[in-house]
Amino acid sequence: MEIFAQQIVNGLVLGSIYALVALGYTMVYGILGLINFAHGDITMIGALVSLTIIQLLAAAGVPVPLVLMLAVSGAIIVCTILGVSIERVAYRPLRRAPRLAPLITAIGVSILLQYSAALIWGKQYISMPEIMAPASVTLFGAQLTGLQVAIFTLACLIMAGLLWFIKASRMGRAMRATEQNPDVAGLMGVNTDTVIAFTFVLGSAIGAIAGLMIVLYYGLGHYFMGFMLGLKAFTAAVLGGIGNVAGAVLGGLLLGIIESLAAGYIGDLTGGVLGSNYRDIFAFLVLVLVLVLRPSGLLGQHSGDRA
Amino acid sequence: MHIHTVRHFAAALIAAALLAACGKEAPPPAPKTEAPKPPETLTVKIGSASPLTGPQAHIGIDIRNGVQLAIEDANAANIDIGGKRVKFEMVAEDDEANPTKATTVAQKLADAKVAAVVGHFNSGASIPASKIYSDAGIPQISPSSTNPKYTQQGFKTTFRVVAHDDQQGPTLARFAARTLQVKSVAVIDDSTAYGQGLADAFENTIKTMDVKIAAREHTTDKDTDFKAILTKIKGRKPDLIMFGGIDPQAGPMVKQMKELGIQAKFIGGDGMQTPNFIKLAGDASDGAMASIPGLPKDQMPGGKAFLEKYKAKFNQEVELFAPMGYDAVMVFIDAMKRAGSADPAKFLPEIGKTNYQGVIGPIAFDDKGDLKNGPITIYVVKGGAWAPLETVKPEAGGSAAAGK
Repeated sequence: MEIFAQQIVNGLVLGSIYALVALGYTMVYGILGLINFAHGDITMIGALVSLTIIQLLAAAGVPVPLVLMLAVSGAIIVCTILGVSIERVAYRPLRRAPRLAPLITAIGVSILLQYSAALIWGKQYISMPEIMAPASVTLFGAQLTGLQVAIFTLACLIMAGLLWFIKASRMGRAMRATEQNPDVAGLMGVNTDTVIAFTFVLGSAIGAIAGLMIVLYYGLGHYFMGFMLGLKAFTAAVLGGIGNVAGAVLGGLLLGIIESLAAGYIGDLTGGVLGSNYRDIFAFLVLVLVLVLRPSGLLGQHSGDRA
Repeated sequence: MHIHTVRHFAAALIAAALLAACGKEAPPPAPKTEAPKPPETLTVKIGSASPLTGPQAHIGIDIRNGVQLAIEDANAANIDIGGKRVKFEMVAEDDEANPTKATTVAQKLADAKVAAVVGHFNSGASIPASKIYSDAGIPQISPSSTNPKYTQQGFKTTFRVVAHDDQQGPTLARFAARTLQVKSVAVIDDSTAYGQGLADAFENTIKTMDVKIAAREHTTDKDTDFKAILTKIKGRKPDLIMFGGIDPQAGPMVKQMKELGIQAKFIGGDGMQTPNFIKLAGDASDGAMASIPGLPKDQMPGGKAFLEKYKAKFNQEVELFAPMGYDAVMVFIDAMKRAGSADPAKFLPEIGKTNYQGVIGPIAFDDKGDLKNGPITIYVVKGGAWAPLETVKPEAGGSAAAGK
């Protein structure tokens, strides 16, 4: 039971990270109908930028809360600039092009970001100085660190904030209008270019926060870390219903738990035929099953022209 | 895209064919050195191939310095071979730790008609280069390559003066069972040839020693989240967790063990015996153990004297493999003396019969060219640095138990 509780905790934390990244996928998809494959790599850039800032400041003896504040601000600034520039340079010229074109462009941007990061930070794993001693508490027999609680809480808060923002604010209304029909929204006086750019700002900023969380949680960064993360987060977004904010978080958490339980129990259930290294297969098995059985995802609405 | 690939492929094929052809056109180089018969002196070239530029340059230069020191010592000793006074000469080449460059360097050394080669540093360079040396009939001793494959290709010219990876796993297993007295162990590998091979060799040996395998888990060499498998392992309460893999995984793994409150000890192979492991794991690294082939440099039988001589000559400390480079040259010279010839075709058979007391200890080879009884040292992290804990000799059958 203890072990089961621990696996659920592991899954929830892993899932919260997926959820944060999935929000970026789902928002852009909701508005543009584009799967922004570069989003995982934006998160990677956010992670490496905050890592660098932490390395520099921690060595200089700056107090920890300030280091974290500066790291997250630095990462958000770099990522939003990057996100908006990518939208402007790579996606906007293709907005009226067939849907395959921006998709392939997104993959190209993803590769560009990866290897630019490899040039800047090198291909080695970069380790993070230990700035906080992991203090853990025991809950239902499961070990919880403060950071794990923070990651989970943050994912929920960001989701709630985002839902409120989209529902209640003026820009949120413009986003919903653009999502439903960009042309009509434009006729009603919504500047769709601004709305789309703003969506990229939001997604990239949340990605930057996710990047910092990953760096804090795992203590290392790598130029290739965004690739698998992006695929998992995309799967999470599809599982929850792509385009749906609450769905992205639900999908992320579910995917995290599925992976944790799979890695923890598959070896025993299959008598050792399948090992825990098949964990990733479960994530993508889920993707295939969702696409076959319920293409609109758990919380998605059936809409003819999308998903 | 397609056309490009095809073109590259064709170019590579042609290059390979040319290389192979060159290899055959340059038959054993020795006759030339013996034929002219200047009555008193004979020059014998010995090649040194290692990375002299790039991120591994410090280790490669270390090896070259070891070779240079050996050659100077040999020249000072006025050695006669087959009635002739021999002057040794070093030909040092830079392989950039790059497998492709290594084959170019190997061909260059073969063309320069060296009598023997010390090198390369990386297994990934030693293996492709060994084919060229073998075709040219030039004996090769690697001071440092530990991949078992290097000597398993059936070449008569390949030797090494370090223990290989299939000896590490069983040695770790015996250390765990006898010294640490563990009763149950969880084994994790990173699904790579190195990691899985090491973990399998460990598991196969420790199973025969009354130790329970509590869990056998796999991850990948790209993963950084091990919480799920560690949680499972926590439930089995093993005394020890053995990891076959390298530091980017071992570091976070040890950290996550601590976060989950796992009390078990942690042990691994040379892939995680790095300063980077300690950086990645932070305080959690304390007490983690790992093996590395060879003795700690100050504990080698000829270590003290060698370290001082090296320091006096190059004004820097020995990094790691200079003693192996030095001994490799001495093994060649020893074989030449016994054969009474510096012709590779004549002294090559003598290398296999080597029984030499070197800086690193007694050197003898098995029938594949692997070092017999190559020592393996277990290190432990103490106060943020690796410290030697115990040196173990692999036992007979160690490599057999690894099963390949």
